[in-house]
Amino acid sequence: MNHDSYPDTYIRDILDGVKTIALVGASANTVRPSYFVLKYLLSKGYEVIPINPGQAGKEILGQTVHASLADVPVAIDMVDIFRNSEAAGAVVEEALRLPTLPKVIWMQLSVRNDAAARLAEDKGLKVVMDRCPKIEYGRLSGEIGWTGVNSRNLSAKRPVLKSGFQHRGLATSKSPQD
Amino acid sequence: MTDRIPGFSTLAIHAGAQPDPSTGARTTPIYQTTSFVFDDVDHAASLFGLQAFGNIYTRITNPTTAVLEERVAALEGGTAALAVASGHSAQLLTFHAMMTPGDNIVAANKLYGGSINQLNHSFKSFGWNVKWADAEDPQSFADLIDDRTRAVFIESLANPGGVVTDMAAIAEIAKARNVPLVVDNTMASPYLCRPIEHGADIVLHSLTKFMGGHGNSMGGVIVDGGSYDWSSSENYPMLSKPRPEYNGMVLHETFGNFAFAIACRVLGLRDLGPAISPMNAFMLQTGIETLPLRMQRHCDNALKVAEYLDGHDKVSWVSYAGLPGDPNYAKHQKYMPKGAGAVFTFGVKGGYDAGVAVVSNCEIISHLANIGDTRSLIIHPASTTHRQLTDEQKTAAGAGPDVVRISVGLEDAEDIIADLDQALASIKG
Ligand SMILES: Cc1ncc(COP(=O)(O)O)c(C=O)c1O
Repeated sequence: MNHDSYPDTYIRDILDGVKTIALVGASANTVRPSYFVLKYLLSKGYEVIPINPGQAGKEILGQTVHASLADVPVAIDMVDIFRNSEAAGAVVEEALRLPTLPKVIWMQLSVRNDAAARLAEDKGLKVVMDRCPKIEYGRLSGEIGWTGVNSRNLSAKRPVLKSGFQHRGLATSKSPQD
Repeated sequence: MTDRIPGFSTLAIHAGAQPDPSTGARTTPIYQTTSFVFDDVDHAASLFGLQAFGNIYTRITNPTTAVLEERVAALEGGTAALAVASGHSAQLLTFHAMMTPGDNIVAANKLYGGSINQLNHSFKSFGWNVKWADAEDPQSFADLIDDRTRAVFIESLANPGGVVTDMAAIAEIAKARNVPLVVDNTMASPYLCRPIEHGADIVLHSLTKFMGGHGNSMGGVIVDGGSYDWSSSENYPMLSKPRPEYNGMVLHETFGNFAFAIACRVLGLRDLGPAISPMNAFMLQTGIETLPLRMQRHCDNALKVAEYLDGHDKVSWVSYAGLPGDPNYAKHQKYMPKGAGAVFTFGVKGGYDAGVAVVSNCEIISHLANIGDTRSLIIHPASTTHRQLTDEQKTAAGAGPDVVRISVGLEDAEDIIADLDQALASIKG
């Protein structure tokens, strides 16, 4: 994968294909970007599991926080990393040791670790770096256009409004619940 | 069309405007409403906390206006845009997000006269200083930038003088000093020139002019190029520091490469208030759908009119970058080869009285103070917009007694020329 620019189809397939997301570096501080993303993804119907050793056992937005990926009792589809680029390497190695491998490694805006990405891709995982799933979801659903952002989406089709999981659906694609 | 890059004309029609999700209306509806209901209190809290995308109140966002914003962002190749009530309020909100009292803007001395006033007088009362650089000498910008400079401000094609600014050279200077470059692209429009491709960080428009194109609605826009790193210094606290307005949120880290557009919206527009009406946003985006066709015709007509005037024995000079002998011709070829715009000045033999005679005797060319209409427009600055200045000041501002400014419209070029011909014939002597 060319990590300098991702085709929309690649991002859309990821956001449509995952359901359980472990959010590494989740913060309980309501103005931190990780809190925003956690809240947004929950509102779209994803199951989001916060990971933060300092908060382990507590809850953020009603979700139990775990100390590490290994402590999560269910299979994880996607690991979303809110750590710096260097620390992201260890998170990816930890993810690759899980009994059930995740399908996707996602590193947030400004986080990029090409060596770790290669390790994950060698194991068949998809990798996204230096992007935010909230922004990408909002962009591909058209929702972000409400804020004047250039979504780079053109369509003469009426947008599909769904209920429940991903209630404002990603354009021209089916969600797993369809 | 997901992974194909659409062309400019396609973007001008489609960008931002899917059919309406609830009714299927193909043209963007005019959401003439002040406010939007919340799903529940939690949804309201998320919206107010900027944690969810959505509408609260039309001063801040509106679905009709959002289409205009996304469309201009797409046409300029930016990450996001914010539409506001006028070109001047776009400038106000842009500098509001960058400046604190005691900071300065290094601006080109060839700007729209209203912008010169805004920077010289209104901004002074906020403690924002301006230093004027020579628009035709990039080095003069380098000489003026100091450690309190927060922006470099230029017009791509300057109103009214027909000066094409050497944007890439000025962008390089601004970048070397880590100062963002703000470009007013009103006179060129993104059809002729896309300043972000030449190094601009922020692009502004008075949508009132060629973008809307029909002389019927005021509007302005701020386009975020997404290129400037607001966290690379302590100089832009609105973007890089925790904001008390939002419980300590840091906008740049939260919104990444469209944080500037967000800052202008959630701090500037929210608190200063120059919102565009949804009706005007609708009129302007309808105008933009035909921008490529109109702009090309504007330029083609302007070149014909300039050539005609250049050969007229009562015209002493014509300042139009599209004429091969013009000092700005090479820069026009580099930055806007499809055309040199449609606004330019010329000098009439016989000075002040001759200028008055020409504007007074036009039949289909309207005598008024605007540019970028379907209609051809004409003005004699010395007797109108620049009347209060001394003769020396008028000449320095490019508004000497013999100067006439024309904004060439979309009528048949032959009719525009015939009208000028009879008006020039009315000059005595
Ligand atoms: C180049 C330029 N910038 C800005 C403005 C100000 O725009 P508005 O009149 O929409 O406030 C104008 C208006 O004439 C202009 O010509």
